[in-house]
Amino acid sequence: MTAVRDRLGPTIFERSRPGRGGGKIPHPPKDALSRIPAEQLRSEGPRLPEMSEPELTRHYVNLSQLNYAIDTGFYPLGSCTMKYNPRIDEWAARLPGFASLHPLAPDELAQGTLQLLWELEQALAEIGGMKAVTLQPAAGAQGELTGILMVRAYHQSRGDLERTDVLVPDSAHGTNPATASMAGFRTITIPSAPDGGVDVAAFTAALGRRTAAVMITNPSTLGLFESRLRELLEAVHAAGALAYMDGANLNAIMGRFKPGEAGFDAMHINVHKTFSTPHGGGGPGAGPVGVGEKLMPFLPSPRVLREADGSFRLERPGERPESIGRVRAFVGNTGVLVRAYAYIRAHGAQGLREVSEDAVLAANYLKTRVADVLDVPFERHCMHEFVASGATLKAETGIRTLDVAKRLIDYGFHPPTIYFPLTVEEALLIEPTETEALETLDAFVDALRAIVAEARADPDLLHEAPHGSPVRRLDETTAARQPNLRWRTMTGSQTPCPD
Amino acid sequence: MVPQDLRYTKEHEWIRVEGDTATVGITEYAAEQLGDIVFVELPEVGRTVDQFAPVGVIESVKAVSDLFAPIGGDVVETNAELAGRPELLNSDPFGKGWMVRIHLSDSGQLDKLLGAAAYEKLTKEA
Amino acid sequence: MAYGPHTPQDRAAMMAAIGIASVDDLFADIPSSLRASSLNLPPPESEVELSDRLRTLADRNRVDLVSFLGAGAYRHFVPAAVDQLLLRGEFYTAYTPYQPEISQGTLQTVYEYQSLLAELTALDVVSASHYDGATATAEGALMACRATRRERILISRGVHPHYRQTVCTYFGGASLVADEIPLVADGPAAGTTDLAALELMLADADHPVAGVVVANPSFLGLLEPMAEVARLAHAAGALFVSVVEPVSLAVLTPPGEHGADIAAGEGQSLGIPLAFGGPYLGILACREALVRQIPGRLIGMTSDVDGRRAFVMTLRAREQDIRREKASSNICTNQALCALAAAIYLAAIGPHGLRDVAALGAARAAELERALADAGAPRLHPGPYLNEFAVRVPNAVEVHRRLLGRGVLAGLPLAQVEPADPALADALLVCATEVTKPEEIALFGRALREEMERGRQPSLEGPAGGSPAGSTAGPAGEDAR
Repeated sequence: MTAVRDRLGPTIFERSRPGRGGGKIPHPPKDALSRIPAEQLRSEGPRLPEMSEPELTRHYVNLSQLNYAIDTGFYPLGSCTMKYNPRIDEWAARLPGFASLHPLAPDELAQGTLQLLWELEQALAEIGGMKAVTLQPAAGAQGELTGILMVRAYHQSRGDLERTDVLVPDSAHGTNPATASMAGFRTITIPSAPDGGVDVAAFTAALGRRTAAVMITNPSTLGLFESRLRELLEAVHAAGALAYMDGANLNAIMGRFKPGEAGFDAMHINVHKTFSTPHGGGGPGAGPVGVGEKLMPFLPSPRVLREADGSFRLERPGERPESIGRVRAFVGNTGVLVRAYAYIRAHGAQGLREVSEDAVLAANYLKTRVADVLDVPFERHCMHEFVASGATLKAETGIRTLDVAKRLIDYGFHPPTIYFPLTVEEALLIEPTETEALETLDAFVDALRAIVAEARADPDLLHEAPHGSPVRRLDETTAARQPNLRWRTMTGSQTPCPD
Repeated sequence: MVPQDLRYTKEHEWIRVEGDTATVGITEYAAEQLGDIVFVELPEVGRTVDQFAPVGVIESVKAVSDLFAPIGGDVVETNAELAGRPELLNSDPFGKGWMVRIHLSDSGQLDKLLGAAAYEKLTKEA
Repeated sequence: MAYGPHTPQDRAAMMAAIGIASVDDLFADIPSSLRASSLNLPPPESEVELSDRLRTLADRNRVDLVSFLGAGAYRHFVPAAVDQLLLRGEFYTAYTPYQPEISQGTLQTVYEYQSLLAELTALDVVSASHYDGATATAEGALMACRATRRERILISRGVHPHYRQTVCTYFGGASLVADEIPLVADGPAAGTTDLAALELMLADADHPVAGVVVANPSFLGLLEPMAEVARLAHAAGALFVSVVEPVSLAVLTPPGEHGADIAAGEGQSLGIPLAFGGPYLGILACREALVRQIPGRLIGMTSDVDGRRAFVMTLRAREQDIRREKASSNICTNQALCALAAAIYLAAIGPHGLRDVAALGAARAAELERALADAGAPRLHPGPYLNEFAVRVPNAVEVHRRLLGRGVLAGLPLAQVEPADPALADALLVCATEVTKPEEIALFGRALREEMERGRQPSLEGPAGGSPAGSTAGPAGEDAR
């Protein structure tokens, strides 16, 4: 792997040489800034790097090759739904009509995008069994915040001001409790039942006059469908609270389960997961939120509206006074939503149902095969992902799940999500998605089997893994104790301005 | 073996009482559980704290834990050295890794704390 | 299925291994009473049909008009290299860099992004990244509350109205207070933040202020007295949150120099397409002392066990997956790819290029000011601006609508976003950038003169149906004034 390590290169600041680059922007007149008062002008220009385009290109191409990505291999990162990102979606988002449209363009100039957004709202509402959808939230976590702020507005509109609590199971994503805090609620953590599901008795005991909402991930973060959902939702509504569904795991249930029909009052949809917009090393995504009847008045503004004549427009400021307001500038992460729309249109109803079927089939196949190699704590059929555990392996060999994960890198795989959910010891959360071929799934199991054998034969090999990656295990302690978060010795802008 | 002359909490803090001043830190067991500690946030001197109220934060690379006051009173001193050397909590939790000194408001509160034997039993059960 | 690899044989093999006869068996946990009604969506489309549909929709948008519209999202030249490099699948289709050993590409580029923006803002710490300028501003304001343990911020009415509304939404949830600082009504400082009012608001001892939020340039394009705001804020024990536009920082005093503790802003100008509002780039930066308060991802430099320089996500304990209900924010998915685009843009264009973008925009804007003044639309405010300003146009909403028919997108009628502000009822907010051409400015000037002359004659047309979004935002009676 020397070749790969050679790509570990200098930073752009080290590559910078005075006088390189240029040729992109015409020079302005010398007096362009003379009308700006001196005290408003920067005393010294920013020392940005100076690079030629060939150097720049090599810098980024070489760096890109240090990354593992869904385009390069299997990425079974549980709860992240790392499926293939169709290329036509990228082509579509770059069409000038979509990409060059200003967010404040008058409605009559934006009919194509507004129509697309309106149709996407309809499709997402249908998939979620919801009455209406806002496309504004920029990510799943912002969708959660939007949903919980609507819950707050709902209770306040009824003069019900005592509801201060949000109930969250202990297996939830960290965003759920963090969201509840941001929305001004107290999080009450509820332990899971032994079968991994929601403990209905514990939930019911905690429910009361003070409960504003419960946040449920379904399928759960263990990859299991909440089989006691009906009782749970009845209890929530009987207590006057609302039910929010974290839709992170929608990829399992399209066409089989519509949260709104089942009684959820709100849910967010991570389109960068289920509808396959690329994750870009951490984002952008989009987190549309679907709501039932009760929360419709409180949806963020602006919404996309369809007029009687078939034209589309954005809601005007103040048009719907009960709205919680804006959660961001402009309309939403439209570029991401174009990709999601393309994905949904490519599949149609039958295709989306098959996506979920194949995702669930692949997960159960992998679960069946992994059960020969690692602990699989929950025996019933899983949905689109499942939890394995390295507890027995650790007890027998001292090898931790972290070591197994790092060794998987040497076998050419991205490790699954590890140590989540927090409720399972030495957890590996494995989500194969529907776009991985059978032979890839088999190769992954073979790799796990080989690693478990290595754990017994040569544990040090695993303690020190990975061996073949561009870098090996990192000193995260020093990184956190003495944070170095920016390059300090800038060399750019040493040359006088050419004009 | 934990130091026998200290008192402990279920949250793995220790407390040493000298006169009406109590020195507080976290136990070796707590430091091991957290792993490499990278940052501590301590209360400002002069603040009045209630027994068992959160008064600070201890961060490791991948975990975070609240520091609770084992006893109520006024904060009279904090360990300034920890700002630059949080690793003292790992290397010398019962000594140089002390965190806060509190002027006791009610020594009766000490009765709610664990003795060394009881605390040791607690860590073995965990 | 469009993108799945499974053949019927593959599926059969998987079912046999699991020991099921039908895929339906896997969904047995869904109680029958909760099973979905049939999914009612349009039928699937082949790539031929789909590409045709998408092209038709895109073509239904009008992006051919000569545009002077900015107001928080700007047309800029993007070097071809930016998108070409961004499209590398290894960047594009990677997840959050949880496994640093196989994510050094993402990690190093994000570290470089942090460094570039730190240099631009003259601050120490840059988080990578937030959703957009509005949410970054809201997070900056929340940071100020956490850091000072106070519960009230003051935000200038010169901050983008969408940002103010977003701050209001976020603050309402957290039961915090966001009060607006008025703008100076007239005189040489008209349209800028009212410092005397700010001083009075800061003096309210019963409601101590955590942070003061002011934008430079302001939403109205004006340059604000940032150093003075910083002095007043700090004297009251408040932090100063400076809302900035990154291209302008090539020439304007950066937050770190004008006394800001926190900077927030919209990074769309740095190589990111307009795309009807997103995905954009929320910039959030702060001084070293606030590093534990900043939300969002931070990448740090470190080394691996062999001593090689490497990068890793750090100070993770602030984040939601570890600290849960006590996290500094719930943010998880961010705008990482947009941060990468901004980094490539800055590296491609370089220090002189960025200065040229800012200065050329300023030069074109001065030409635009002359052309519009000649046409009878003088500036609304006297103070200095960089490349965006408001002009007085009687009956602005209607004139703006008529200009669309002449191929000119004449900026933003301010009444559309500030319907309650009588000072802005007859005004257009216009901008120029380095891509604005002199002949476009001439066309705008000519068309505006003719439409305004027409406007002075008795109107033969009533307000048309199907008119632009905001034409009914202002009370109809205002049109008659």
